Amino acid sequence: MLNPDSVGRTFPGAKPVSVTQSEIDAFAEVIGEEDRAVAPPTFSIRATLSESQAILSGPEVGLDWSRVVHGDQKFEILRPIVAGDILDTSATIESYKVLAGNEIVTVRSDLRSKGELVVSAWSTLVVRA
Amino acid sequence: MIAVGDDVEEKIFWIDRALLKKYADASGDQNPIHQDEAFAKSVGLPDVIAHGMLTMALVGKFVSDWSGGSASVKEFSARFVKPVIVPAKERADLTVSAIVTEIVDGRALLNITATSGGVKVLAMAKALVEI
Repeated sequence: MLNPDSVGRTFPGAKPVSVTQSEIDAFAEVIGEEDRAVAPPTFSIRATLSESQAILSGPEVGLDWSRVVHGDQKFEILRPIVAGDILDTSATIESYKVLAGNEIVTVRSDLRSKGELVVSAWSTLVVRA
Repeated sequence: MIAVGDDVEEKIFWIDRALLKKYADASGDQNPIHQDEAFAKSVGLPDVIAHGMLTMALVGKFVSDWSGGSASVKEFSARFVKPVIVPAKERADLTVSAIVTEIVDGRALLNITATSGGVKVLAMAKALVEI
């Protein structure tokens, strides 16, 4: 079970994420995107999903990540990510409910560059009963 | 001129195990359900399944091809309702189409349909793009 005190809290990421051109290239290549000047729209998941995993499965929150499936995903992209970005991350546990024994958690990840919001990404994760 | 009701022409992406490995490396998501058939079956899946986020990344490509590049995508959301199943030595289709449902302030809202093997894999898939 998720620690109920963690709902509504914002957890800072462990360290800033530095985006390299080779990371953008590798991601773009998978989907056949030839324009490498900016990152593809879903590139930020590279940083946010592992960060959410670290925070949600950590001792303060206590989610069982081994039973997590990805339910929903949403991105708001204020500007595209580019190589050279150094992004501070945070994860906010926006909602939590239990339905038919499944835990459903929505976490919002914010990526900021020098304080400016670049991407917000919402992941709804279902911990199967 | 783009108008409400316009269709975005259907496109088929092909997903095989090699692509899953490439996406795992590019995204950092090395969950074995996307690479290891025995493991996938041990947790009750029919076979290896594609990362939901790979499906979404490919749909993102479909959207940005229509809207004029990655930088034009402002909002993008989807619910993962069924997995894309990727058997060994075969390839799974991801068939994507969309319709323009709103145009406001130079931005178009797309309602997206994505299926694999005729089964709907995403629900409520939407993208807001600058046009």
